[in-house]
Amino acid sequence: MSSPVARASRPGRRRRSPTAPPRTFRWTRRIFLTALTGFVLLPVYVMLSSSLKPLEDVSGAFRWLPSELTVRPYLDIWHTVPLARYFLNSLIVAGSATVCSVLVAVFAAYAVSRYHFRGKRIFTVTVLSTQMFPGILFLLPLFLLYVNIGNTTGVALYGSRGGLVLTYLTFSLPFSIWMLTGYFASVPRELDEAAYVDGCGPLGALFRVVVPAALPGIIAVAVYAFMTAWGEVLFASVMTNDTTRTLSVGLQGYATQNDVYWNQVMAASLVVSVPVVAGFLLLQRNLVAGLTAGAVK
Amino acid sequence: MRGRTRLRRVGLPYLLLLPALLLELLVHLVPMVIGIVMSFKELTQLQIAHWGAAPWKALGNYRVTVDFDAPAGATLLHSFAVTCAFSVLTVGLCWVLGTAAAIFLQENFRGRGLLRALFLTPYALPVYAAVITWAFLFQRDNGLVNHVLHDQLGLTGDRPFWLLGDNSFVALLVVSVWKTWPFAFLVVMAALQSIPKDLYEAAALDGAGIVRQIRRITLPSLRPINQVLLLVLFLWSFNDFNTPYVLFGKAAPEAADLLSIHIYQSSFVTWNFGTGSAMSVLLLLFLLVVTAGYLLATSRGRKSADV
Repeated sequence: MSSPVARASRPGRRRRSPTAPPRTFRWTRRIFLTALTGFVLLPVYVMLSSSLKPLEDVSGAFRWLPSELTVRPYLDIWHTVPLARYFLNSLIVAGSATVCSVLVAVFAAYAVSRYHFRGKRIFTVTVLSTQMFPGILFLLPLFLLYVNIGNTTGVALYGSRGGLVLTYLTFSLPFSIWMLTGYFASVPRELDEAAYVDGCGPLGALFRVVVPAALPGIIAVAVYAFMTAWGEVLFASVMTNDTTRTLSVGLQGYATQNDVYWNQVMAASLVVSVPVVAGFLLLQRNLVAGLTAGAVK
Repeated sequence: MRGRTRLRRVGLPYLLLLPALLLELLVHLVPMVIGIVMSFKELTQLQIAHWGAAPWKALGNYRVTVDFDAPAGATLLHSFAVTCAFSVLTVGLCWVLGTAAAIFLQENFRGRGLLRALFLTPYALPVYAAVITWAFLFQRDNGLVNHVLHDQLGLTGDRPFWLLGDNSFVALLVVSVWKTWPFAFLVVMAALQSIPKDLYEAAALDGAGIVRQIRRITLPSLRPINQVLLLVLFLWSFNDFNTPYVLFGKAAPEAADLLSIHIYQSSFVTWNFGTGSAMSVLLLLFLLVVTAGYLLATSRGRKSADV
């Protein structure tokens, strides 16, 4: 009388459809997911609760609950270290790296997905393989290169935000090109041709047809680029100075020789995390869709 | 006119690639060449300002690096073993957690969307913020881990150190798995969406239970993506610098001395840039060999599976 699908959706203890999971499976799932949630949330809880504690609470034995709730750490973080400046630096660096990286990747992916040309294979293989190289391999040479460019041309790359932007935008580039190529390939060529008929050139077709059609993929790539730049530590620790320091290095400033202001560290960590986590969670569906179209094939 | 459009058609792809090419050249390829040249030179902090003119050392740096009887080589070998163990464990645990979570969240139930967002949070958090928090959890006197293990459960005799000594390997592994497994989850979840639903329905009608469905449908469908996923996870964990650096600082404890931090230390702390470069080149060669072998093995497997 009723189809298996209709029966599966009916709750309760009645006979379940063959596709509905059995009881043991549901219990395993419940236990597994609860444990995993605990593991995932533990540091998040500590971050949040410790950021609302007075210093005594985080210096002595650990307490699950604050002895008194205080927002002082959130006020103090801005004075203990110049957090606002680091924040601004990170925003400038990660923002510029994201915009440039997406733009460069869009052009490159368009070329790879739409044209046949000599050296295409070499290009994709080279770009992809740079992703597997250890960052430490580039660190010192890049540092020397930037210093030398500065000495000979006067363009200050070492210690500047520009140098960092340049470095970061190549970090996300291989992945972005790879993913966007897959995404662009899924946009039917008939659309390009229709644009040509309407009088667009190749760039017109790219920006009026392909880019809008591949927008979820582009958003996913932008999120990835931003997160990569916002979270990078190695190059930021070597390539910045007092004025250009980013959050990833600046947060170490809450540890003085005698004391670590753990409540402030936690408050600052939370403050610098909120923008990325919020953005990521808002756009995560795009990331899954982008991975499905671009990479999972 | 005709010639011009022809030229544009032939030249356009290169023009579009030009920015990407220039950037790759400046930030990856040229530095790589410099790095390789440096590994053949005598480079300490004295020569570094004029590194181009530094004395040639031929294979000297490599000889020092791979002389496993001498202290420098012995610590490198140890660090290599630590890194291998760390990577294999990280990849394995991340894959198991990510795949299990993705399978459990495949079917719709109440709270699924929330859990999905929650599970992705460690991946979204900036690495340093997450790892600093873990460093706090692992503090000996005021951290949560010792509070639970020692004060509340009484499992440990004395409050152990987690960021010093042998325990540091465990601490590093936990942090690394915590922040990496969501990526495996994300990728597997995306891959699961492309498996047709009627496959499961047909299997269920044939009497296959959930375990058999997972073994016969889900896991085989994941094979192609697993090959890429495992390789990416391996390369990431093998090259990871951020986690040990934020957790331990510039010098990691011996038990958790990953190669990247080991090389960083020999380059920027003890100022042996030449041997540091030689180590990075060796690391690169190792990764190239492993990757090539892996790709070859998996593509051969794929071909034989097709036949």
